Amino acid sequence: MAKTESTFKNMLLTLTLIAFVAATCLGFVYELTRKPIEMSALKKKLDAIMMVVPEFTNNPDEEMFRVATGEGDSLDVYPAKKDGTITGYAVNSYTKNGFSGDIRIMAGFKPDGTINNIAVIEHKETPGLGTKMDEPAFKNQFIGKNPADFELRVNKDGGPVDAITAATISSRAFCDAVQRAYNSLFTGSEWDGSSGATDSNDSPGNNEPDKKGN
Amino acid sequence: MNQLQNFSKGFFRENPLFVLVLGLCPALATTTSAINGLGMGIATTFVLLGSNTVVSLISKFIPDKVRIPSFIVIIASFVTIVDLLMNAFVPELYEKLGIFIPLIVVNCIVLGRAEAFASKNKLATAVLDGLGMGLGFTMALGILGAFREIAGSGAIFNYKFINGDGILVFVLAPGAFIALGYLIAFINRIRNT
Repeated sequence: MAKTESTFKNMLLTLTLIAFVAATCLGFVYELTRKPIEMSALKKKLDAIMMVVPEFTNNPDEEMFRVATGEGDSLDVYPAKKDGTITGYAVNSYTKNGFSGDIRIMAGFKPDGTINNIAVIEHKETPGLGTKMDEPAFKNQFIGKNPADFELRVNKDGGPVDAITAATISSRAFCDAVQRAYNSLFTGSEWDGSSGATDSNDSPGNNEPDKKGN
Repeated sequence: MNQLQNFSKGFFRENPLFVLVLGLCPALATTTSAINGLGMGIATTFVLLGSNTVVSLISKFIPDKVRIPSFIVIIASFVTIVDLLMNAFVPELYEKLGIFIPLIVVNCIVLGRAEAFASKNKLATAVLDGLGMGLGFTMALGILGAFREIAGSGAIFNYKFINGDGILVFVLAPGAFIALGYLIAFINRIRNT
């Protein structure tokens, strides 16, 4: 069979047809995968919350509120309640000081500010080095400490935190993220909603993925 | 060339990574561990298989002057499908490979096979070529990833067999170049004897 000639009409027709078929297929696959993608993102968030706060009976995701970081941004906070009393908070915090890209963590605090547990949600650190921040050997030194009297700084900077070997930058970033969570939740910055002025316009995108109504 | 050779050439004689030296960007960036390398390879295989099939089927109807944009639209569609499917069903791997999944679109192997092979061959031949090239690429990434994981973190498939750290440079970017260089040298030595 002869090849289609490169006339204007043929080219226009071919490209239109190909684009149309491609778009149809993509729309179909998108519809197919939308639910599982949402589910896996939600499950990940809930798993992280469950890991970092003491036991709870409410639905922390439904009672989510936001606190301002004082840097023109806000963090999502998930309160954990048992029979009506607050047992802890899970704070979805971040740092921009990672070795490669942002790091997002879920930091769990008891009501008095003591760190209950920390989970790393998202990072792009070097495998084998920075990735160790998600291992107990590093994380456990934070558990039970209160950032009010436990300085979140690594050895190298004169603090009490043992940095991961060959991953000082990741360790510092981790401390920074925990510090941001603690500061936002416990030290005086105003609550979001009472005055939205500090966190309405700056730094878009940081919390975008989590802005789901329900 | 018989059909079996069309399939098997991708593994050794025309291995995309070790011999043709195509697709270096994902090869160097994603092979920090064996699992990551294999995952990337399988995603690329899927795209290659899909694009080779479709391109071979419809290349006769595509006017020559617009063949490259047509191929790219076809390839990009398959990449987006892989991207969505991986995000939905293997979120952990998807997170690790990150930006390199969308970047399969510009992987030279995919467009190269579509333009140089699939558009000039019959369906069965093109499918075998895509499958062979893809699996050859997967194998190469797996070997490179395993090598870097063993040397760099003293582990294989996340199973650690030494206490402590390995030779850290192999996990970092320069280690990718060093490891790939030695592997290519080694393969060339075998091919030339």
